[in-house]
Amino acid sequence: MESLFYIAAVTALASTVLVVTGKNASHALIYLIVSLLSVAVIFFLLGAPFAAALEIVVYAGAIVVLFLFVVMMLNLGKGSVARESAWLRPRMWILPCLLTIPLFLGLVYALSGESVQTAASMVGPKTVGTRLFGPYLLAVELAGILLLAALVGSYHLGRRYLSERREEV
Amino acid sequence: MNFALSLPLEHVFVLAAALFCIGLTGVLVRRNVMFVLMSLEVMMNACGLAFVAGGARWAQADGQIMFMFILALAAAEVAVALGIVLQLSRRFDSLDVDSADEMHS
Repeated sequence: MESLFYIAAVTALASTVLVVTGKNASHALIYLIVSLLSVAVIFFLLGAPFAAALEIVVYAGAIVVLFLFVVMMLNLGKGSVARESAWLRPRMWILPCLLTIPLFLGLVYALSGESVQTAASMVGPKTVGTRLFGPYLLAVELAGILLLAALVGSYHLGRRYLSERREEV
Repeated sequence: MNFALSLPLEHVFVLAAALFCIGLTGVLVRRNVMFVLMSLEVMMNACGLAFVAGGARWAQADGQIMFMFILALAAAEVAVALGIVLQLSRRFDSLDVDSADEMHS
């Protein structure tokens, strides 16, 4: 059980270094997904399954995909078929797969044996939800306002007329 | 047979600190704005890891709740920052943050 943590920790560190030192943005995003998955494993081992699920769903599922949308969108004009195939050449997948294999083996080990225990006091989603909509209700409302402001702001920033105005200057 | 006792909290914090430092290095070193944003995500994720580890140590839900707020903050930040990235690439035709230093004398 301890070894699962250290395997996930080494995987997280290695893939994070590859994110920061990468040259190709879409490759770095794949390493970022590996890093987030290993941090999710650590969350699960710490007895926080809800946080682990949110890490995968929101971080790896939504935020990284948003990054990927923008990376793909920015290269649309000058991007060619050769460039697209250069992004996804098979050699590039080897290292992310090698990094995720330890996590997969840990998952198989956790599912096969009954010996894996997470933290003695697992804090489940029900406890988190009760706390979230009890004492933290005001913070939830503030987070909602923040997300609304981000929605409006990103809509405004994404409009085209901002780039047209610059040509007059 | 207690996992929480067998796993030292210090190791989790060392991992969180290491991830945070890697992300900070990325923010300071990289000039491509996409990589700067990814490094910011790594830093926020390390903060969340520290919060969850602390919450797990005392078996309270507050750590996970703080992690969810960090998650909401990261989502909002990414949405706005990617809008800025779009404007940057439209105006300067590059993703280099140094291309936008027009206020620099």
